[in-house]
Amino acid sequence: MAPPPTAARPLRRAASVLHRRAGLRLALLLSAPMAWLVLAYLGSLAVLLLSAFWAVDDFTYDVERVWNTANFSTVLTEPVYRAIALRTLGIAVAVTVIDAVVAFPMAFYMARVARPRTRKLLVVAVLTPLWASYLVKAYAWRVIFSQGGVLDWLVGPLGLSSPGYGTTAVIVVLAYLWLPYMILPVYSGLENLPANLLDASADLGASAGRTFRSVVLPQVLPSVFAGSVFTFSLSLGDYVTVRIVGGKTQVLGTAIADNVTLNLPLAAALSCVPVVLIVGYLLAVRRTGALESL
Amino acid sequence: MILSRRTRIALRAAMVAGLAVVYLPLLLVLLNSLNRDRSFAWPPAGLTTQWWVRAWQSEGARSAVLTSLQAGAGATLVALVLGTMTAFAVQRHRFFGRQTVSFLVILPIALPGIVTGIALNAAFRTVLGPAGIGFGLLTVVIGHATFCIVVVFNNVVARLRRTFPSAEEASADLGAHTFQTFRYVTFPAVRSALLAGGLLAFALSFDEIVVTTFTAGPGVQTLPVWIYANLARPNQAPVVNVVAAVLVLLSVVPVYLAQRLSADSPGGRL
Amino acid sequence: MRISRIARTAAAATAAALLAAGCGSGGTAGSTSGHGGLNPPKLPMLQSLGPGEGQVNLVAWAGYAEDGSDDKSVDWVHPFEQQTGCKVNTKIAGTSDEMVSLMKTGQYDAVSASGDATLRLIAAGDVAPVNTALVQNYADVFDGLKNQPWNSVNGQMYGIPHGRGANLLMYRTDKVTPAPDSWSVVFDGASPYSGHVTAYDSPIYIADAALYLMRTRPELGIKNPYALDQDQLKAAVDLLKTQHKAIGEYWSDFQKSENSFKTGDTVVGTTWQVIANMAQTDHAPVKAVLPKEGATGWSDTWMVSAKAAHPNCAYQWMNWIVSPTANAQVAQWFGEAPANAKACDRTTDKDFCNTFHAADEAYWKDVHYWTTPVKSCLDGRTVACTDYAAWTAAWTEIKG
Repeated sequence: MAPPPTAARPLRRAASVLHRRAGLRLALLLSAPMAWLVLAYLGSLAVLLLSAFWAVDDFTYDVERVWNTANFSTVLTEPVYRAIALRTLGIAVAVTVIDAVVAFPMAFYMARVARPRTRKLLVVAVLTPLWASYLVKAYAWRVIFSQGGVLDWLVGPLGLSSPGYGTTAVIVVLAYLWLPYMILPVYSGLENLPANLLDASADLGASAGRTFRSVVLPQVLPSVFAGSVFTFSLSLGDYVTVRIVGGKTQVLGTAIADNVTLNLPLAAALSCVPVVLIVGYLLAVRRTGALESL
Repeated sequence: MILSRRTRIALRAAMVAGLAVVYLPLLLVLLNSLNRDRSFAWPPAGLTTQWWVRAWQSEGARSAVLTSLQAGAGATLVALVLGTMTAFAVQRHRFFGRQTVSFLVILPIALPGIVTGIALNAAFRTVLGPAGIGFGLLTVVIGHATFCIVVVFNNVVARLRRTFPSAEEASADLGAHTFQTFRYVTFPAVRSALLAGGLLAFALSFDEIVVTTFTAGPGVQTLPVWIYANLARPNQAPVVNVVAAVLVLLSVVPVYLAQRLSADSPGGRL
Repeated sequence: MRISRIARTAAAATAAALLAAGCGSGGTAGSTSGHGGLNPPKLPMLQSLGPGEGQVNLVAWAGYAEDGSDDKSVDWVHPFEQQTGCKVNTKIAGTSDEMVSLMKTGQYDAVSASGDATLRLIAAGDVAPVNTALVQNYADVFDGLKNQPWNSVNGQMYGIPHGRGANLLMYRTDKVTPAPDSWSVVFDGASPYSGHVTAYDSPIYIADAALYLMRTRPELGIKNPYALDQDQLKAAVDLLKTQHKAIGEYWSDFQKSENSFKTGDTVVGTTWQVIANMAQTDHAPVKAVLPKEGATGWSDTWMVSAKAAHPNCAYQWMNWIVSPTANAQVAQWFGEAPANAKACDRTTDKDFCNTFHAADEAYWKDVHYWTTPVKSCLDGRTVACTDYAAWTAAWTEIKG
């Protein structure tokens, strides 16, 4: 290499310092992202948590910085909040299970059956709906579920009718909205399965079913959990879809959203419920290696 | 793995059925953008192109798209820088708290948008307010970037996991300094991952409504905010469907490009 | 650590004591306004009108700031913008609670507040007194709307009256027979329409149940639907819990509500005239009536934020919206009685002001304007009444 021009010297000197000192390199790499995530994000969450210990003036609704734990005891002891939390949890679990069951065969077909050319087209086909507006899709489902709507029109001849707006509609629409988030990680998990592993299983005399159970499933499970991180947490926190197709269904998201205008400290305390559930879920699935498969 | 014919047929049927369900509502959106009845009467009594003409002329839709493009570009840029830095730190270094960092990055997208939204709103009000910075486009960009970092991070980490540091070491051995190595060796290796991650980050930002609601100032109307305000309005709802249909059609281009350019896991990682 | 904790506890105790004292003094008067002791912070009001700031941020009820995007002929925002150079950014709020919370952000200049928001905003110092001398069209506002307990304190106006109306009962003429003339169709008699009844999604809706009980169960002794003691509130809550079984959707988004009536997902429930008008424009077979029990209603006031960044444009907007022409337009579009007496000459329907009882003060005695329930009973009783915080908690419980 030619001797560097003088102007580049400070750059080279900085580079060599960086090269020698891995710690400094790391510190420089981490400083900005951590400043953002810890200060801006966790800091904001801390402000929110703090405000959960405040009260509101019962007339003006101004937040009063009077330290108390009444909001938490309301959330923990009022039966209505327990019912709401359990309902939301049930919806999130149902959505996750439905998505896993629907996504797996689709991802399997894409990764292991389709020809490479078709495979690319299928990936595009699965990804494209992510770009369609979430709101418009949810609203399209409102039209589908409405009285005399598309669903009634489709199943009417069979003597059935639309379930109308409510919990069922919420589960269907959320499962629909988050399906690509489940397909993609499962697809990459299946695609990354080494072919010789499957061949070895077959050579050892295992049937396709046996190979699937003993080789494919254990290898791909972390990817399914990775997908479930999205389906579970997005369902647990959603309120817009519930407002559109949920009818009178109350979930954590709507309860928080309602209380933002009614009682902000209570909304803050209520926010802790999905946060705790999701952090717990993330910690649990982390052990399966799911977060590396995102 | 050798699958029986029957299994293959069953899997193909599942794929077709799945895609049919995925596209049914989108077709409905397209159809309703042509529905003569402005409140989506089903089945449509007649078709019209007047909503497409109206959408083309809609001042509100156009300025909302522009605002969303700005917000998306800003958030994506921040996410690209911060996500890549974090990915390199986590993947090329061993340090205490490494696991915590990868956990922390995921948190903003996993926690409910409304929690992130009201938390940022409260923080902006207490911190930025006294500094004279009101709610506006900047606060939206900050909010979006926070949950967009993760998709860039995931894509870059996945790529780094597959490219071995040996190429970088070879570059150093040949006399390239750190920045040269980055420019000529490392960056080309992660370029397509950045593209895939950047596109997904942009898509996330472009479609976000909840955090936006709590971080946008008055008069800042991103596309989803405009859509939410017009979704059920007479005369406006069909126009919203036109905008949505156009977006789906246009999105095929970046999605296709991304998966062409990205070698591993087509379409990138979430 | 320890010291700071003790200090904090002490501070909290003091604050709580002060708060209690504040409530106590507010409750002594027991006047019908209920806020005889309301002591808003001293805030300056605009003394002279300066040049416009180029824009104004409004928080408004649906249909109060129409810019022609729903209906090209319904537009009083663009003429205002052209005349004053103030660009209007409107945030539509679905409930009074939303309005209060939006105004607390300090990002908005003016708000069309109903009576259950006005005093909360005044007491919190979120809105400034209004210098009516700077609002030329204020002179033509009906006297019955000036210096009322919900828009003024000690003779000082805190806003410009906009208009008033009642919450109505809407039903699908093809699905609800016989045609209802009583709120019972959404309460005791709701079962035939189970799954298709709607109600307004705000704690203030408890007053609608109370109003119904006031007429149907006199033994409860309800005199004012906004002054409920523990037992009366419980009766209203029980009624609403029964109603919940028949509810399909609650609404606070007027568009969604209109939409549900059109598709038939909702067949009966409470509504605003504007929603009924819009549904009828779309050929939905609906009708809106004032039931025999009377109704809750609203009297709205445009108020200016204490932190308004664009106060001059806000004043110009207030003057504009109560100007005879604009006030007539908004009153006809929303379906309410205008505040400006001269607006009655500008309505396209010459009988409009009579139909909506614009000048008929006696009629308004039976409409129970939205107001915030407080501990000191608004009907003058000396027992403890339930305040809005209790209503709010009850509302979540009702919705289950």
